Amino acid sequence: MMRIDWIDKLRHFLQTMAFSLTVSAVQYAFRPERPYEVAMVYSLAIGFFIWASIDFGRHLFPSTLETGWPQGSAGVILPIAGITLGYTLGTLTSDSWFGWSSWGSQGLAELRLSLLITLVAGSSITYYFYIRNKAAYLQARMNEARQHANEARLKLLETQLEPHMLFNTLANLRVLIGIDPQRAQDMLDRMVAYLRATLDASRASSHPLEREFDRLRDYLELMAVRMGPRMRYTLDLPADLAGVPIPTLLLQPLVENSIKHGLEPKLEGGAITVGARLDGGLLRLEVSDTGVGFDTTTARSDGFGLAQVQERLATAYGERAGLQRQSIPGQGTSVHLSLPLAP
Amino acid sequence: MTQPTALIAEDEPLLAQALQAELARAWPELRIVASVGDGASAVQQTLALLPDVLFFDIRMPGQSGLEAAAELAEQWPPASAPTRPFPALVFVTAYDQYAVQAFEAQAVDYLLKPLQAARLQKTVEKLALALAKPAQAAINLEATLDQLRGLLASPSAAPRPPLRVIQASVGNTIRMVPIDEVLCFEAADKYVRVLTAEREYLIRTPLKELQEQLDTAVFWQIHRGTIVRTLAIDAVTRDEAGKAFVALRGLKEKFVVSRLYAHLFKAM
Repeated sequence: MMRIDWIDKLRHFLQTMAFSLTVSAVQYAFRPERPYEVAMVYSLAIGFFIWASIDFGRHLFPSTLETGWPQGSAGVILPIAGITLGYTLGTLTSDSWFGWSSWGSQGLAELRLSLLITLVAGSSITYYFYIRNKAAYLQARMNEARQHANEARLKLLETQLEPHMLFNTLANLRVLIGIDPQRAQDMLDRMVAYLRATLDASRASSHPLEREFDRLRDYLELMAVRMGPRMRYTLDLPADLAGVPIPTLLLQPLVENSIKHGLEPKLEGGAITVGARLDGGLLRLEVSDTGVGFDTTTARSDGFGLAQVQERLATAYGERAGLQRQSIPGQGTSVHLSLPLAP
Repeated sequence: MTQPTALIAEDEPLLAQALQAELARAWPELRIVASVGDGASAVQQTLALLPDVLFFDIRMPGQSGLEAAAELAEQWPPASAPTRPFPALVFVTAYDQYAVQAFEAQAVDYLLKPLQAARLQKTVEKLALALAKPAQAAINLEATLDQLRGLLASPSAAPRPPLRVIQASVGNTIRMVPIDEVLCFEAADKYVRVLTAEREYLIRTPLKELQEQLDTAVFWQIHRGTIVRTLAIDAVTRDEAGKAFVALRGLKEKFVVSRLYAHLFKAM
């Protein structure tokens, strides 16, 4: 059952009435010898019945979302039936208003003319509403898509500039400034590089693998200062793969997951390994950790980080890229990506 | 007065070191008896060393600062010192996800990272004042429990749709157990026991996750590891040691009520 939007109906009704008045005004302008009242009453009555039969009649049929208009042949039959019905009822009503009949032989020419006017006016206004609804629908869809994209961007930024990470890093920095200015400077440089890369990531869609690994090193170095001996890491990038393009900061969320869900909850900490290798024309990337791991049969939703990586892979490479994740509770988690060398 | 003592629980070594240094400046008489990197050690060391003040980082590996504090409250006072007042608690956090300012004036204090010398000074003054009035310390545990309850109940990121049915695997089949039949959830090692009047199921969803999806009017948490159906509670009894136990209609087992949730059971 379709819900009827009465405000919408009222709007359509008023627009139809205004259009009917315009039609009668045009008629009067061409035939000033007939009283304006006649053209007005007929026009309003016919307009009203056509509007009522089409605007309410369309709810009897299944309609498309885009326009609220019936699908297939019903979409053609409805206006024809509506106009015919509206013309008949409108003419009969107006006849009884004036106390005469339009159906006698003397009014045949008159009848033909008014039928023609009704057909033209009725089709135009129906078409007008059809187009307008469609435009409104498309506009709404566009706004929705834009909002969705903005939300996704914001969420990405929020996860990358996670307040805990930010303030804890700053707290460490504050300490280092007092006791080891050289290390503090180094940490600040890495933080600047990390922040710049994060904020720029939405601008450049891809960069060489070497750059990706540099950014991961910045991030991991920041975490190494914070976590001390609880975290060790290895980055393994063969020299001949340094120039291979890869979507910007694709691996970042995976490394973050390893820290956040793998090593941080583990008392003794552990190691993170990020590696790249070539395998049968495919680039294989691996992010693995020796953290707490999880039970793959019960893991709840994959989380924003992993979903985002999957989405980006699909956008950039479609079917040609793949992602697998393995985890053993107590032993760690590894994520394997495979992607083509050229986008 | 004897020299005041403190324990620091902070998993980031540099920050632990810095807090210690800042405290040495702001409160020279204070002696740090231990500095640990996780919640479980914090509980253990506190019970062993009985410091006057605890500085707990909220986010730590294993047990969080909040959970560690709750467990301490549970085990207080230690058998070795039955009259010892509960230590003053200060939470240290990088990000205020619990809106901790709300209790600036209360029993539990908080500090935001990076630490600010002036703010730390304020905390130190407050602590010194509280330690000088030992009578006040008696109320400390109740007030601390009150606040911990509020903090532990802080809603997680997104409210989740209510759970209507428990899907429990039994051998090769998945049994669909309507939530209305469940009398009790109890954490047991890696599993959660789901108890109905007829039988018992084991599921792997953590209790914490289940709790977010349960109606708090229908199910009460009575212990860190136990959630019971309110209307199924038959009686609550106390043993000589003051420990409370819940008996459920339809189950023979009894369930311990932790001190944190004891306030739920008071005669009208």
